[in-house]
Amino acid sequence: MACNSGNCQSNCHQNEQVAENDSIPTPTTGSNDGGHQQQQGVCLKCKVSPPISSGSGGGGTGDEARFCADCFRANLFGKFRLAVTSHAMITPSDNVLVAFSGGVASRVALQFVHEMQQRAQKNYEASKDRSLPVFGVGVAFVDESSVCSISKDGVEEAIQEMKSTVSKLAPPVKQFHVVSSASLYSSGSSDEKDRLKKLIGAVDDVTGKDDLLMHLRMWALQKVASENGYTKLVLGLCTSRIACHVIAATVKGQGYSLSADIQYVDARWEVPVVLPLRDCTTQELSILCRIDGFVIRPFPFSSHLPCQPMGKKDKRETLSHLKEENPSRESTIVRTAGKLTPFHFNRVPEINDSNVPLATIRRQKRYNLKPQESISSESFCPICNSPVIDSNSPSWGSPKTCQFTEFASSCCSSCQFQILPQDQLSMKEFCSLLPERLVARSKPKYNGNLDMLREQIQDCLLSDSDGET
Amino acid sequence: MEEGNTIAKRAGSRLCCLCNERKPALKRPKTLEQICRDCFYNVFEEEIHQVIVGNHLFKAGERVAIGASGGKDSTVLAYVMSELNRRHNYGLDLFLLSVDEGITGYRDDSLETVKRNEVQYGLPLKIVSYKDLYGWTMDEIVKVIGLKNNCTFCGVFRRQALDRGAAYLKVDKLVTGHNADDIAETVLLNILRGDVARLSRCTSITTGEDGPIPRCKPFKYTYEKEIVMYAYFKKLDYFSTECIYSPNAYRGFAREFIKDLERMR
Repeated sequence: MACNSGNCQSNCHQNEQVAENDSIPTPTTGSNDGGHQQQQGVCLKCKVSPPISSGSGGGGTGDEARFCADCFRANLFGKFRLAVTSHAMITPSDNVLVAFSGGVASRVALQFVHEMQQRAQKNYEASKDRSLPVFGVGVAFVDESSVCSISKDGVEEAIQEMKSTVSKLAPPVKQFHVVSSASLYSSGSSDEKDRLKKLIGAVDDVTGKDDLLMHLRMWALQKVASENGYTKLVLGLCTSRIACHVIAATVKGQGYSLSADIQYVDARWEVPVVLPLRDCTTQELSILCRIDGFVIRPFPFSSHLPCQPMGKKDKRETLSHLKEENPSRESTIVRTAGKLTPFHFNRVPEINDSNVPLATIRRQKRYNLKPQESISSESFCPICNSPVIDSNSPSWGSPKTCQFTEFASSCCSSCQFQILPQDQLSMKEFCSLLPERLVARSKPKYNGNLDMLREQIQDCLLSDSDGET
Repeated sequence: MEEGNTIAKRAGSRLCCLCNERKPALKRPKTLEQICRDCFYNVFEEEIHQVIVGNHLFKAGERVAIGASGGKDSTVLAYVMSELNRRHNYGLDLFLLSVDEGITGYRDDSLETVKRNEVQYGLPLKIVSYKDLYGWTMDEIVKVIGLKNNCTFCGVFRRQALDRGAAYLKVDKLVTGHNADDIAETVLLNILRGDVARLSRCTSITTGEDGPIPRCKPFKYTYEKEIVMYAYFKKLDYFSTECIYSPNAYRGFAREFIKDLERMR
């Protein structure tokens, strides 16, 4: 695992960056007081090439003033590779889908996954027995233009650019999927986009709208991954985004499910989700995109929504303000939240495939969580898939009061408060607007049996609400 | 809520949500209910009584010191504790315990308020000072270490000063006026600073049970705004200026963040 200690004497890459952060005496913006350790005009690591910032008129700060482009790149790729190998995120038998938004983090994730695949391909071609297959890679983009006010041409252009980016990352060739959140609806007709728009419009709370879109985005990715035979889903979630999520979840009171969202591996989904860039900050990823000349065009989700999700923007601004004061704040936040006990699904499912090399299986067993170190959870919210405390069991009340009430009670308290409408009538309409596959997730398995049981004891029941609490 | 006020103005007959008898005088920050003054006093005091009883904070016959700074939280705490002690027969012996950090222009003024509280509520007062205990005032400390991290020094010294004062008074328990806003800020603060040890302790209603003097926070679920409202309507005597060193405190950042979030909703 990456070492966070400033006293570590090993030559791991983390050590130098952390040591540099610790050696800066006062946390003032822009000053590089740790420079007494840096030789004038050469990279700290290789001591040969000039640092990244030296070419751009000098005055660079942080990593750009300390490392040359190659060492910086190697450092970042090292973090990515360590995350992948120590958590067995990608095995030779996997078919990996990379979620691509056109933004900085997902572009770097795509690039690094491609480079890893390329190396595996070279090794495969060089080996005599060809025993280790090369994992497959696909790319998926979620098109949310139906709920954003962007011109169709703008969307088309962005998609073409992404297609071109993906096609350049070959060999090996990667399939590019464009999926819309609206495709979650079963019917293939054109009204699915209207339904999606109405659904988002039915949520009053601004943060709720944003969150619902995010959840639907994940469901869409899961849909395209499972329909096309992918076995892992790679997201470009980085330290900075996770830090925002930690603060957001804290202020929303989502403490119980927070630890599930921030681990390297999240296997509660049908296609397990892995975060290989979890240890990299947005700043580092931006620098890499700049030095490698990647074209970045993030799909403008939030800026074009009818209502600006103030909550998210405010948290990002808060954290960037904090960063000025202390550059390692995001890592501190993620490290603190990392102390929460993870769930039993926060590890890659055990591999039982005989085709997978023994070394991979052994490595997975070494790093996987022992059962007593995790929380087990059986119930999940049908909207956001957060683990819910099992006391939210389906109500055993009269079947006349509502599958809609049952749906609402099976959701987590955050979704109940932010996303679901408060009154019965609106609730019925809201349920009719949700994609069927989401509503189906909440149906209690006992429904048929329950009716039958009720019939048998009907003559002894005194009122509609029974005593079960 | 604006719509509600307009309707009230039009109808002119909207009544308090709780008693349905009197005209509403305020909108309750916690629940946004429109209630009259008397109902507000009742729900405010009743909720605190439920917190005390539900969490078994006190036993009959205990000697309890109230951490009194002269600010709104401790003044309201002293008032409500003596009121509930009398009304519900907690059987507690209550004292006021105040700490003098030696901050000119702030603490010297607020101590006058506490001395008035001693007379108004009839509770014996003990003042402990940093100068007597440690030989340093906060002003002197700030001169040496500057304006960053001085709150940390003050906090550590204050906790020990309270322990010493409590031992002098021979009390069994200490109550402080920390409210829901304070605890929310502390949670955020500890996450931002990576203080995992404090994070796991900071939301307990009673702390230090294994230490010299257990401390509890009866206002744990009470909103700061409601405390201010209570003090305002009851015309309680308190000192309303903040510590002169607080603008530099890191806690201010967490406070601003929470205020911004509340404003958005």
